[in-house]
Amino acid sequence: METVTINHTGYHIKRGKIRGITPLTAMEKMFEIELPGGDALDHDPGQFVEVSLFGVGEAPISICSSPTRRDNFELTVRAAGRLTEALHQLQVGDEVGIRGPFGVGFPIVPLEGNDILLIAGGLGIAPLRSLINFVIDNRRDFGKVDILLGCRDPQSMLFCEELAYWEERIDINFCCSVDRAAPDWAGNIGVITSLIPGVTLDPLKTFSVVCGPPVMYRFVVDELLQKGIPEKQIYLSLERHMKCGLGKCGHCQIHDVYCCQDGPVFSYDVVKQIKGAI
Amino acid sequence: MNQTLLPKTRLDDFIRFLSARQKVIAPVSLGNNQYKFDEVSSLDEISLHYIPTILPPKKYYMPQHETLLKYDVSKGQEMEAVVEVEELVLFGVHTCDLAGIQCLNMVFSDRPKDLHYLIRKNYLTLIGLECNDYCDSYANCAMLRNHLPKGGHDLFFTELADCYYVHVNTHRGDELVEKSGLFDEMNTQAEGELAELRTRKKERFKSEVAIRYQDIPRLFDETFESPVWEDVGNRCLACGNCTNVCPTCYCFDVMDEPDLDLTKGRRIRVWDSCQHEVFAKVAGGESFREERKDRKRHRFNRKFKYPVDRYRRIFCTGCGRCSRTCMAKIDLKETINALMEERE
Ligand SMILES: Cc1cc2nc3c(=O)[nH]c(=O)nc-3n(C[C@H](O)[C@H](O)[C@H](O)COP(=O)(O)OP(=O)(O)OC[C@H]3O[C@@H](n4cnc5c(N)ncnc54)[C@H](O)[C@@H]3O)c2cc1C
Ligand code: FES
Repeated sequence: METVTINHTGYHIKRGKIRGITPLTAMEKMFEIELPGGDALDHDPGQFVEVSLFGVGEAPISICSSPTRRDNFELTVRAAGRLTEALHQLQVGDEVGIRGPFGVGFPIVPLEGNDILLIAGGLGIAPLRSLINFVIDNRRDFGKVDILLGCRDPQSMLFCEELAYWEERIDINFCCSVDRAAPDWAGNIGVITSLIPGVTLDPLKTFSVVCGPPVMYRFVVDELLQKGIPEKQIYLSLERHMKCGLGKCGHCQIHDVYCCQDGPVFSYDVVKQIKGAI
Repeated sequence: MNQTLLPKTRLDDFIRFLSARQKVIAPVSLGNNQYKFDEVSSLDEISLHYIPTILPPKKYYMPQHETLLKYDVSKGQEMEAVVEVEELVLFGVHTCDLAGIQCLNMVFSDRPKDLHYLIRKNYLTLIGLECNDYCDSYANCAMLRNHLPKGGHDLFFTELADCYYVHVNTHRGDELVEKSGLFDEMNTQAEGELAELRTRKKERFKSEVAIRYQDIPRLFDETFESPVWEDVGNRCLACGNCTNVCPTCYCFDVMDEPDLDLTKGRRIRVWDSCQHEVFAKVAGGESFREERKDRKRHRFNRKFKYPVDRYRRIFCTGCGRCSRTCMAKIDLKETINALMEERE
């Protein structure tokens, strides 16, 4: 057996340097990563990268920063297993391997000029933050912007300072709710779907982007359809087990669709055709 | 395409000629009517009349365990991408397995290309061998029209009474014919014998299931919710044998294999199976295709429906390995027949 070296393969990693680590909650940390030579990652909001540590493994992680904020990019990582826990042990200056960006992100072109309703549940706010900051940086290109956020409890809320800033802005309607909270909590209590009826919108002119745990989609989509938003104007980001990111390994496959390449973002009229997708 | 003849008496010389140049892989007997592809150096080691080997030749195209990257973490995340290659001649590959390799070629050359596969494949020489009769009752190659050669080989051998009729399909194949100096010119008698054999095969090989090739994908579309899947799922043991032995199953896992010093190691790819429950599990514990019936249906659809949409080709080769190996006796032809009955 002979070993041939190749310098171009889908499994090649770029050496990313950790430039900043921000603890967000007990479970999540945000990492700022610089690519060699300060190269931009060149991603769309909603795309993901494969993050790796040799000897530990690889995992798909959404890019949570907007491509409008140049230079470095950011990832929010929840300690959920082997690789993600190892990432939480790293220090500023350490390296991680980066492959990607992969997949089809949130649609920017159809959103422009229209009203947008962004709905995040739990960790779903991480990928959506990329889109939110993109919209903020190009604010006049979009119509009315509503953001709804649902969390388990106030302690698990991510990006608290940014949330406060979004809430303050006059050109964004931000609303958040927690499933449960201590009696001193001044905000809303209830599941995310309870926030939807309160939004005033022009359904035919509204595009909605939803990102959250798999269980959330059914209920949220039902509410959005009730509001009269057309199926084609509702976008969901689907989470599937992923290994290669290249449409080969089969892990992310739902019927004939490869989430890693064809998604992870799909419009509801497409998702509806894929039996059992949500 | 050129035709030439190899007298049977010179086949051993040809195998020895090949093995003097590089490793030769051919079907060898394991006893009990079981066979495997393994290294040989002369004809007496080869089983020319064999039923499909336990593992298909995909193991040479996509090894069960393959290094993608070599890494070194002593100075950060350093790596080098590699392909493990070896010059091999695969001799005696049946048409079903040639079809399997054609399927894998499509998958790995589809963008984004898989260079590990594509580079390795060019180190391999393929010599096909025609089945003059059915191997056993598990096979369903005629249904998929894979009982006749349809390319994908460098040379293709058909056994006649005293000689092999050899189709020379590529320059690489021609070189072997020329350099060995063992082949004779084609003659009309051999032409006649081949034509006769093909006519006989036409009589013998009839679609094993009463369905036309072009109607197969629709059958799977229309029976997605069929109770047949319930029954198949109840019997399935989720062992993953069917995916291991399938010539067109290529799902894999990627993992790291550190050396003892933990600074160096390899990122490897290993065969995986969509029949295992953890295959599609995500963080948070949610499992898509939680039940065996979901996974079994997924596998059948990945042969008969999804690849037709993506690659315009059915990915079942008709080799019968999945039925032959299944511990729960889930039979591919029976399953398709049950789906057809169900639909009526
Ligand atoms: C498109 C996409 C975007 C994601 N974005 C983020 C993000 O921004 N932040 C974040 O913290 N997490 C994100 N995840 C989830 C993250 O990939 C998993 O938490 C991670 O793979 C777990 O790896 P591990 O080695 O730490 O855990 P493991 O020890 O491997 O396993 C822990 C659990 O995670 C599941 N799992 C393992 N590998 C994967 C995988 N490749 N894909 C999905 N689930 C897996 C296992 O089945 C198990 O239930 C995303 C997943 C996808 C598919
Ligand atoms: S992650 Fe491998 S096919 Fe999508």
